[in-house]
Amino acid sequence: MVQRLDHLKETPSQTAGPYIHIGATPNHSGIAGVYSNDLGKAMVGRGAKGERITIVGRVFDGAGEPLKDALVEIWQADAAGLHNSPQEKRGKADPNFTGFGRQATDGKTGEFRFETIKPGAVPFVDGRLMAPHITAWIIARGINVGLHTRMYFSDEAAANAKCPVLARLEHQGRVKSLIAERSEKGGKVVYRFDIRLQGEDQTVFFDI
Amino acid sequence: MQETGSFYRRDRGWHPPPLTPQYKTSILRSPRFAYLSLENTISEMTGPVFGHNLIGELDNDLIQNYAKSGEAIGPRINVYGRVLDENGRPVPGALMEIWQANAGGRYRHANEGYKAPLDPNFGGCGRTIADGEGRYWFRTIKPGPYPWPNRVNDWRPAHIHFSIFGHAFAQRLVTQMYFEGDPMIWQCPIVMGIPDRAAVELLVAALDRDSATHMDSLAYKFDIVLRGRRSTPFENRKEGN
Repeated sequence: MVQRLDHLKETPSQTAGPYIHIGATPNHSGIAGVYSNDLGKAMVGRGAKGERITIVGRVFDGAGEPLKDALVEIWQADAAGLHNSPQEKRGKADPNFTGFGRQATDGKTGEFRFETIKPGAVPFVDGRLMAPHITAWIIARGINVGLHTRMYFSDEAAANAKCPVLARLEHQGRVKSLIAERSEKGGKVVYRFDIRLQGEDQTVFFDI
Repeated sequence: MQETGSFYRRDRGWHPPPLTPQYKTSILRSPRFAYLSLENTISEMTGPVFGHNLIGELDNDLIQNYAKSGEAIGPRINVYGRVLDENGRPVPGALMEIWQANAGGRYRHANEGYKAPLDPNFGGCGRTIADGEGRYWFRTIKPGPYPWPNRVNDWRPAHIHFSIFGHAFAQRLVTQMYFEGDPMIWQCPIVMGIPDRAAVELLVAALDRDSATHMDSLAYKFDIVLRGRRSTPFENRKEGN
């Protein structure tokens, strides 16, 4: 026998189930009046700095069907690369930008949509800059532990090529699963970020 | 001790694996390629923190927060506990959201197919923020078990869904709380996707008669453990990176 480490074990994860929207976006799911707003619905306040962007996408299962009962959360730095978090020690983030978004996938089309700003770059553990990115977390029925991934930007090819995280991937052909394609429609900047849970073009998920 | 170190690696063998075929929906929704393992970066070591001003007066009272003509019907319970990290330290300010079926086992949702009726006074969602010592509590009704479309005649044990935000996005957790003494816990393919019985037991709330409210509510204790961080003396990284 040896002495025991006195660490506790993390509470095990369980699936969010088919009714995650009741708990996370009750107004969206038709339960009005309990909360005035769904958490994470609005990320960008008046006067927030940075380029306004829209992110749209769907989450596909292994049969190519979009998930209509999923929840996507995103977390990101502000335009200057600072996070609106007490854990951010490098400076004060833009007070008009929350950095946190949460959206249900649509019950008919499976589409999610975020109105946010394009983040600045933030450093990797060794001080090199990572390419600008948005962290995403996906939970749904059938997903036993929430899935972490990242969205990178198609118009940041030079930064993406130097990103120490993207360079970690053994199968470099999979990098494209993390890169959202930029387009401009009627003066609006839209990035499409589809997430694939399975298949040859499965999205890269992170164990972080 | 400053909360600046990276988080202990998540023990993937302790959590249910992505593919648990007895839970059929996991078959087409479980990634097949290995995850990319990465040291924590500032993108995951930070996270949104929510203030107490977010929380309305009845947000943690599911008996009252959707009440129309009267209170929700069902066995009245208080669910309380602490949010700790793997070092045993409290996680003050953790936001916890819960959702659940009503006492008959019916969810207030358009896709619900179970015959049990809705309770007009029960919405099924609540939230609260842990105090300075990581303590939290909810008042609700005990949800009923319900059948679900998996194998023929699969029933979920009574449970409450929990979503928890700690101090960092790396700590994000969604789980379910079960009730002491329920034989259906051990027959559920979602629960039994967890490989280790000791891990399942962490999801079973203890009945606490001593904390019952006289002629009002029973009490269940449910502590939650989020990922813990390394302490700075051992940390081999530049401050703030």
